[in-house]
Amino acid sequence: MLAQVIASGILMGFIYALVAIGLTLTWGVMDIINFAHGEFLMLSMYSAFWMYTLFRTDPLLSLPLEALLIFVLGYVTYKIVIKRVADAPGLTALLATFGLSLVLRNLAQFLWTPNYRFLNQTLVTDKKLAFAGIVLGLPQVVASVGSVIMTLAVFYFVQRTRMGRAIQATALDKATAKLMGINTELVYGVTFGLSGACVGVAGALMSTFYPIHPESGALYSLLAFVIVALGGFGNIKGALQGGIIIGLAEALGGYFLGTQFKYAIVFLIYLLVIQLRPQGLFGW
Amino acid sequence: MLRVRNLKAGYDGVPVLFDVSFEVNEGELVAIVGSNGAGKSTILRTISGLIKPMGGEIEFEGKRIDGQPAHLIVEQGIAHVPEGRHVFGKMTVKDNLLLGAHTVKSEKEVSAALEDVYALFPRLKERESQKAETLSGGEQQMLAIARGLMSRPKILMVDEVSLGLMPILVDKVFETLKEISKAGITVLMVEQKVQDALEMADRGYVLQTGRIVACGTGRELLNNDLVKRAYLGI
Ligand SMILES: Nc1ncnc2c1ncn2[C@@H]1O[C@H](COP(=O)(O)OP(=O)(O)OP(=O)(O)O)[C@@H](O)[C@H]1O
Ligand SMILES: [Mg+2]
Repeated sequence: MLAQVIASGILMGFIYALVAIGLTLTWGVMDIINFAHGEFLMLSMYSAFWMYTLFRTDPLLSLPLEALLIFVLGYVTYKIVIKRVADAPGLTALLATFGLSLVLRNLAQFLWTPNYRFLNQTLVTDKKLAFAGIVLGLPQVVASVGSVIMTLAVFYFVQRTRMGRAIQATALDKATAKLMGINTELVYGVTFGLSGACVGVAGALMSTFYPIHPESGALYSLLAFVIVALGGFGNIKGALQGGIIIGLAEALGGYFLGTQFKYAIVFLIYLLVIQLRPQGLFGW
Repeated sequence: MLRVRNLKAGYDGVPVLFDVSFEVNEGELVAIVGSNGAGKSTILRTISGLIKPMGGEIEFEGKRIDGQPAHLIVEQGIAHVPEGRHVFGKMTVKDNLLLGAHTVKSEKEVSAALEDVYALFPRLKERESQKAETLSGGEQQMLAIARGLMSRPKILMVDEVSLGLMPILVDKVFETLKEISKAGITVLMVEQKVQDALEMADRGYVLQTGRIVACGTGRELLNNDLVKRAYLGI
């Protein structure tokens, strides 16, 4: 039973990590925390929902569309909202993204009502995977594997491609990046887009087993903040490790203390880390 | 090739360059010399588009480039090796070089450029997979120059390449600049080491608190009274 709890904790951890990687990217590159990150996730879930409801397209098949859609949303958000306030002093950028999150949440409520919606006939619904006495839901397994693949893709993109190198260079030293001929405005837009693509993928994967409603994203963005703080702001690998820790903490906390306390454990860990190691467990 | 006319530039609305004019012809090695805070770096930053000029014109190959964003200026063949090296320390030597070639679209040309700079700086090839921050100061300066060459520039602008180097390394870096110039690349160098710079330059300009106060060939300037008194301590 404990093995089962641990396994499912790790599965969720990979999904949380993907959401957190999206969040940590914009911080690492441009020192901006996107408070609307959770709402981007929520919009991806709705997109998967409507693709299924209107066009009978399974979330696993509409996933590339969600990734693209939220990439574009991220890019446009940078160009329209962030760019104007990026150099403004203090909390301006933060408040701008906070405002955007409220707008998106209320827009979702207005357009699609606050009702909970479920996708209960997808390719993976109600299927199980059993081995060595552990039984895991197929939706969770597929979402987890999908998240790992997307995480690896992001790693590869940032480490190995021309654009990825430009992103790293801009994060390290913007003025010198410009001297390399890098269009740093484009880099910022693409970074925001990539951040969006992470939750675009995560949202499509999560729509197969989580209820979809305007507040869907809120909890996961909160968890993502915790993970980003654990992993060190801007640290992609740290976000991956932090995601797994939080996934496990949630699962084990729920198992030993009861489901109602699982987030208490998560936030307790957060408070301890913030006090003892403000640069994050895996910070530089 | 590069012509700067009546340039006025500064920071936050406060000018530090007043009416600066000079030119660099194709194939030349030109030095702009001056002491601390004269505005040498500001000249290069304005040419490369990091700061917008407050007045005047910058012309490259007959076209106005003042006010254009930095990345477009690199594309036109102007490379700027900034003061203080500014290598990307957390990235490998090779990634630093590849970043220098960001504007070069064809993979083949990138490999060719890489081969060229490795021939000029064999040490960098040995260290290609090391993080740039693990290089010595002299090696980092070589890397910064090599990275500038990776874009295959028509003109290479270098800002105080001798800064913080031991005398023996200073000579070496200056030798390298001469080699680059001999290979046909136009060089604009900015230096506080007035004597060394004027000895190697075809032509030079003396900058004092944001104004050009003398110009001529390297030899002429070395014999110029003002230069002798103010910079050479003779
Ligand atoms: N980022 C900046 N913001 C405000 N003022 C600046 C900035 N950079 C330089 N200055 C000012 O502009 C003037 C010229 O500086 P600049 O760096 O161009 O001089 P320099 O000739 O390159 O000097 P050095 O030999 O010390 O490198 C100085 O008075 C300096 O204080
Ligand atoms: Mg300077």
